Amino acid sequence: MDRLDELESQSIFILREAYREFKQLVMLWSIGKDSTVLLWLARKAFFGHVPIPLMHIDTHHKIPEMIAYRDRFAMQWKLNMIVGANEQALEAGETFPAGHATRLQCCTVLKTDALRRTLSGEGPRWILDHATGKYVKTVGGEPFTGVIVGARADEEGSRSKERYFSARDKQSEWDIADQPPELWNQFKTDFAPGTHVRVHPLLDWTELNVWEYIGRENIPVVSLYFDQGKGVRYRSLGCGPCTKPVQSTAKTVAEIIVELQSGKFSNIAERSGRDQDKEDGYGLETLRRDGYM
Amino acid sequence: MAVEAGTKSPAAEVRERMNIVVIGHVDHGKSTLIGRLLADTGSLPQGRLALVQEQCRRNAKPFEYAFLLDALKDEQAQGITIDTARCFFKSRRRDYIIIDAPGHMEFLKNMISGAARAEAGLLVIDAKEGVQENSRRHGYLMSLLGIRQIAVCVNKMDLVNFDQRVFEAIRTEYAAFLEQVGIRPLGFLPISAREGDNLVARSDRMPWYQGPAVLEMVDSFAKEAAPTDKPLRLPVQDIYKFTEHGDERRIIAGRIETGTLEVGDEVVFYPSGKHATVTSIEEFNAPPRRRVEAGKSTGVTLSTQLYLRPGELMGKAGEAPPRVSSRLHVTLFWLGRQPMIKGKRYKMKLASLRAPVWLTEITSVLDATNLSTYANRRQIERHDVAECVLETFKPVACDLATGIPQTGRFVIIDNFEIAGGGIILRADEAANTLAQKHVEAREKAWERSAIVPAQRQAKYHQRGTLVVVAGPVGTGKIAFAKALEEHLFQGGRQVYYLGLSNSLLGFGADLKDQFEREEYLRRLGEVSHLFTDAGLILITTVSDLDDDELDVLDTLNRPSDLLIINVGESRFSRRQADLNLDAPINTPLAIERATALLAARHNLP
Repeated sequence: MDRLDELESQSIFILREAYREFKQLVMLWSIGKDSTVLLWLARKAFFGHVPIPLMHIDTHHKIPEMIAYRDRFAMQWKLNMIVGANEQALEAGETFPAGHATRLQCCTVLKTDALRRTLSGEGPRWILDHATGKYVKTVGGEPFTGVIVGARADEEGSRSKERYFSARDKQSEWDIADQPPELWNQFKTDFAPGTHVRVHPLLDWTELNVWEYIGRENIPVVSLYFDQGKGVRYRSLGCGPCTKPVQSTAKTVAEIIVELQSGKFSNIAERSGRDQDKEDGYGLETLRRDGYM
Repeated sequence: MAVEAGTKSPAAEVRERMNIVVIGHVDHGKSTLIGRLLADTGSLPQGRLALVQEQCRRNAKPFEYAFLLDALKDEQAQGITIDTARCFFKSRRRDYIIIDAPGHMEFLKNMISGAARAEAGLLVIDAKEGVQENSRRHGYLMSLLGIRQIAVCVNKMDLVNFDQRVFEAIRTEYAAFLEQVGIRPLGFLPISAREGDNLVARSDRMPWYQGPAVLEMVDSFAKEAAPTDKPLRLPVQDIYKFTEHGDERRIIAGRIETGTLEVGDEVVFYPSGKHATVTSIEEFNAPPRRRVEAGKSTGVTLSTQLYLRPGELMGKAGEAPPRVSSRLHVTLFWLGRQPMIKGKRYKMKLASLRAPVWLTEITSVLDATNLSTYANRRQIERHDVAECVLETFKPVACDLATGIPQTGRFVIIDNFEIAGGGIILRADEAANTLAQKHVEAREKAWERSAIVPAQRQAKYHQRGTLVVVAGPVGTGKIAFAKALEEHLFQGGRQVYYLGLSNSLLGFGADLKDQFEREEYLRRLGEVSHLFTDAGLILITTVSDLDDDELDVLDTLNRPSDLLIINVGESRFSRRQADLNLDAPINTPLAIERATALLAARHNLP
C-alpha cells in the first residue's frame, strides 16, 4: 500500500465508523475539490452508493459553474441533496460587497449562521427532487447529530488541532482546550443530547494528496480549478467576491500536481486567495470556533 | 465543464509518509524543536516565518520558533501547547507528519491522542531541568501505546555550556528508567533547538558528540511493514445491503488489521463461531481483485448468508484463532474526571466491538512517575495506570497485546467520553462468569419465605418457566406469543405475556443499539427471574437472539426452566431451540406443539 492507499483506507474507515454510529448523519459538500474527494471516498466506502445525505450551504454568491456542477453530479450519482441558505440575511442585504457587511460579517451570516440553522433544522432545507431535477423547500427537519466535513490539517493553524471526530455544543462551539482523546482508531462516537460531532475523514491529507488522488481515480472536479486559456485558475473555491484566481497555466490535474510539487505554489499557502482570512490575524480561527468549516 | 469519471489512471510516484510525535515536559522545548526544524528545512509556507516575526515585532515580544506552531490565540497567550498540532515536514528521504503533543499534565489526554497515532517518537528533556515527573510518565505511556522507536533529545544544551557531563548524567538516569518500561531508545541526542545545534546538521559546539543530528535520526526510523505475516483479523465494522438500483450484494465491511484474505478462503467469525467461504472481494471503481491484505478497508461477500452483527472478529480457518473470553486481565490508564470504580457499567470499544464492561478487580495501581506500585486501591484515579480485571456478560473476541496489538487494546467510555485505554495481558477461558457471579450474589441476598417452589408447582399445576420466542424480525413472533398466552390462560395456566422486549431491544435491522441491547437483555433476565421464581409461565419475544445472549438469559433465569421456540431461520449455532417453527406460523398447530412440549416437560395436568 502506498501513501494514497493508506489515506484512502483510513478515510473509508472513518466514514464507515460515522455511518455506523450516527443515525442523523450528513456530509457537507462545498463543491470544492476536498469535499468532492470526500464524496468520492463515500462511494468507495459504501461500494458505489452514497447512503448519507449531502448538504451544500448556498451563499448565493457562489461562482455559477459551481452550482451547475453540483446539480449535474447530484442527479448523475443519485445523491440525496440538501441545500441551505440564510434567506433573511440575503433579503436584508447583510452581504459583502454589495450589501452593508464586512467580509467577516458576510461569512458569519451567509455561511456560519446558515449552516447552523440548516443543520439544526431551524432553517429551511431545499431538497433535490430527482424526478424533476428541481429543489423543493422543506421546513422542520430533524437536527443532524453527525456532520462529515472535508477539513484538512495542513490548511492552516487551527485545523491542525482537529480530531477525526470532534464534539461541538449546541451553539456549534468548539472547545479546543478540552477535546476528547482519540487513540487506536477509537473516536468520539458517544455524545450527550444537544451536542453534535464533526467528522473529518480528510484530516491527514495534504493539498497535493488531494490532487494526486483526483488524478489517480479520475474524479470529476469543477473546471474553475483549471486554466481555461486566460492564464488564471482557482486554487481554492469560495464565493465570487472573496475568492481570487491565481496566475497559472495548469490545464490538467497532472500539471497542477507538478505546480504543487516543484512549481510556483510549492511553498505558498493554499488559502492565500481567500480574503476573509486576513481581516484580523485570526480570521479563520474565529470563524471556526463559531462553527465555520 | 468537468472531467468525466472513469477508472484509475496509473499511479504517479507517491512519497512515503511517517507520523512522528514529539513529547516532553512543559517548557522543555518541543514546539521550538519542531518550529526550528520546519524553518531550517524550508518546510514552511512562504511568508509564514515573516508573518510570525512581524506579529512578534508588532506586539513587542521576542520572536520564538514555537510561535510558528502555536497558531492559536489561547496558546500564544499562555505559552503552552494545549492540543496536539500536526504539521507537515519533508526530508530528502520522505514526508513526515509531526505531532506536537502537549507536555502539560492537564493535557495528558491530548498527548495520548497525539502519541497513539505515531510510528516513532522524540522525547525532549531540558538539559537544565533534567528528568521530570512527566518525562517518566511520558516514557511509560509511549511503551503502553506501543511506540517502539524512540529517540531522546536533551535540549537547551546552550544553557549548560554544551557540557558533556550534564548530557551523560541525564542519559544514564533516563536510559535506566526507560529500560524498566521496556524501551531501548535508538539514541540520545544533545541539542539546542533554539540555536539550531545538532538539528539538521552536526554542531561544532559539541565536538564530543559523534552521533546523528535530529534530522538524520528521524530519517533512520524504519517504516514498520504492514502485519501481513500474522493471522487474519478483520473486525466487522458493518454489514451493508444497499438495495437501490437492484444491488443484491450483502457485504461484510471492515478493515483488515493483520494478515491476508483471498477469494475462496474459509473464514470464521468470533465469538459466534460461524463460518463461510469468501465469494468475492468488493471495491468501487477498481478492477476485480482476488486478494487483500493488512491495512486495507475492504468488503467481502460470503458463500452463505450468515446472520452477523458488527463487532464480530473475522479470522481464517486453519490460522491461530483469537481468544474468546469474558474475563480480561489488562493494563489500563485512566483519563476520566471521575475515577473508575467497581460496580459501574462502562462501555468498552475493542476494535469494532462495543460491549458493556465492569471493573471487578484492581490488582495494583502504578505511579508512573517512579514506577512504584500500590496494592489494595479501591478505585482508579485520573492519570493512574492500573493492572486490573474487566468482565463482560457476553464473551468477546480479542487478542493479547503482545501478539496482535491491533485487537489486543481497547478504550473505555464513561459519560460519553473516552476516559481510559488499555492493553490485554491475559484472557481467561471461562465464559459467563459475571452472570454466574451475579446469580450467586443474588441467591445469597434473596430472602425467601417458607413457601418452596414445589408448593407453588403443586398449587398452580405448572413449573415456573420462561418461554422465549426467538428468530428473525417479521416472522409473526409477537402474534404467536400472544395467542399462546391466551391459549394457556384459557386452559387454566398462570401465564403472562411480557410485551416490552421488542421495543426495548430494538429490531434486528438496526444494529446500532447493540450496546444498549445487552443491557436490556440483562434486565429481561432479571425480570424473568422474578416471574418464574413466583411460579408463573412468562412468555416473551426476542428478535435475533444469539447463543451468547441466550446463555445470559438462561443464567439469570435460573433455577427456573427455560423453553426456546424459534420461528423461521435459526440464529443459534452452538445452542438449539426446543421447538423450531416455520414462518409464516401455522398458529393452531404451533400452539398445539408448544403446549404439548410444556406438558411433557413440566407435567401439566
